[in-house]
Amino acid sequence: MSLARGRPSAPEHQPASFAFTPENLPEARAAIAKYPAGRQQSAVMPLLYIVQRQMGWVPVAAMDVVADMLEMPRVGVYEVATFYTMYNLEPVGEYLIQVCTTTPCMLRDSDGIVDACKKHLGIDWEETTADGKFTLKEVECLGACANAPMVQINDDFFEDLTPQTMVGLLDALRRGEAVKPGPQNGRHTSEPEGGPTTLKGGA
Amino acid sequence: MLQDKDRIFTNLYGFESPLLDAARARGDWDGTRGILEKGPEWIVDEAKKSELRGRGGAGFPSGLKWSFMPKQRPEGQPAFLVVNADESEPGTCKDREIMRHDPHKLVEGCLIVGFAMRATAAYIYIRGEFYAEAVALQRAIDEAYDAGLIGRNAAGSGYDFDVYLHRGAGAYICGEETALLESLEGKKGQPRLKPPFPAAAGLYGCPTTVTNVETVAVAPTIMRRGAEWFASLGRPKNTGTKIFCISGHVNKPCNVEEEMGIPLRELIDRHAGGVRGGWDNLLAVIPGGSSVPCIPKPTCEEVLMDFDSLREVKSGLGTAAVIVMDKSTDIVRAIWRLSKFYKHESCGQCTPCREGTGWMMRMMGRMIEGRATIAEIDMLLEVTTQVEGHTICALGDAAAWPIQGLIRHFRPEMERRIHGYRGSSAVAAD
Repeated sequence: MSLARGRPSAPEHQPASFAFTPENLPEARAAIAKYPAGRQQSAVMPLLYIVQRQMGWVPVAAMDVVADMLEMPRVGVYEVATFYTMYNLEPVGEYLIQVCTTTPCMLRDSDGIVDACKKHLGIDWEETTADGKFTLKEVECLGACANAPMVQINDDFFEDLTPQTMVGLLDALRRGEAVKPGPQNGRHTSEPEGGPTTLKGGA
Repeated sequence: MLQDKDRIFTNLYGFESPLLDAARARGDWDGTRGILEKGPEWIVDEAKKSELRGRGGAGFPSGLKWSFMPKQRPEGQPAFLVVNADESEPGTCKDREIMRHDPHKLVEGCLIVGFAMRATAAYIYIRGEFYAEAVALQRAIDEAYDAGLIGRNAAGSGYDFDVYLHRGAGAYICGEETALLESLEGKKGQPRLKPPFPAAAGLYGCPTTVTNVETVAVAPTIMRRGAEWFASLGRPKNTGTKIFCISGHVNKPCNVEEEMGIPLRELIDRHAGGVRGGWDNLLAVIPGGSSVPCIPKPTCEEVLMDFDSLREVKSGLGTAAVIVMDKSTDIVRAIWRLSKFYKHESCGQCTPCREGTGWMMRMMGRMIEGRATIAEIDMLLEVTTQVEGHTICALGDAAAWPIQGLIRHFRPEMERRIHGYRGSSAVAAD
């Protein structure tokens, strides 16, 4: 399986219909209410997120439902869903591993993280493991550069990685164990390793 | 060195709670009503006197920017403060810390800055990948509503002001203010032609000002402690404190709030544990996020970290994201990776950028191994000038500048690789 970026999945993979669950429908309506009357199109991104959380990805049938709800042209929703890289246009694994390889991470050996992921999972970019657990994706700067190298797994950032801790994370996820987001080297957040040089006396 | 008593973001690292009670104990929401009672003109004037400049990269004087919003509007027309929290400039990771650890500084800033520009609501546009940060910030917004600090009669001021959070979905271009507005309107994030400027016709065609998280979040403290205090830090026109993000080849990468104008070397040595392998192992620094040209070691020795000092050495403070590269760095590959970033992030609207970023990336890719001719270095430079200044937004410029910086400072290295490649291929041909 591959993720053809910016293009919906093939028709044979597309479900014939989509409906928000009874839990998600009020949430969708609440999202629309954040924007002024008549400006409901602004809610297209939040609604697509709700779709993605419900389905794991964004099928075309769901885009059509969103378009009808927001009274906007269907092509307008397709444009949004294909422009922004965070909408999965095909099903992905249970864990979407997004590896940052932009320069600040590259300088801190994101190459080693990439190699560890590819070798350990036996897949290349945009591929999913046979058991459907992991999908691997190369992404641009995720904005945690003082904690490089880092990856995002589903919603969470995992930072200050080494190839060893990366493999440890993958193994733990495969075993179904809980993993702790944030720095993986004992740092609290983005203070200098070993303790802050400022704000030492508390606020 | 800046003293802790002059630091604004006292929970930068999240050692304390981000919640309202703890934020109040740190001084947030103290006397907010009194600040608003002094009126919009006073707030704008105080911002001007503080010489605060925008923290998102361009460094435009903030008070002046806020003053562009119309003082009179047709009956019923809203006006908006839009906070740019689409932090995606490679090297930059400061707004993230504000939003997850000190979110009330931002929420209070929305009210004060929004009030100063007579806005009716604020939309905070946060990059989609910052999920935990969005949760933390939404919690702070909810707390502020529950405490009556925003919403109807915000903080008891008699002023009604709403704050909404909007998540992006993975597009660097949405950090460009008009692309951000397009995105907020539910469209592809493609920049708009200016004029009209957002202050005249922005979100939904209404008066709008887009401003960076850090700029908004420092405003309450400036209003409380006074413009003179803020202006006493740093140098004239380059005042105040700044969160620096130090990444790359240092012993201890970190974020730190320091005085504007701190020497680059002192910043790295004091807070980031020095350059890996010692100062003499330094090759170059990208001092302000991926969009600004790199500066070589000799320049790094003396340069001060502020807008005007870095401009004098043909670079820029940008977002104050300091990317340090030691002598083990493949500098051509490091800059090529930025070219790849810009190619990936070009929105595709303007031909010079859509095509040029691909050209530049591919030529840079060949330069890594030296698979090029010497004349192609000049051709590459020429391509950068064909992109720079020929597009609707600044992404084209941002894609051009890192390569221009590379050629300016590391041309001999590029030539060495070309000669080396030609030498080895000549041997192979024999």
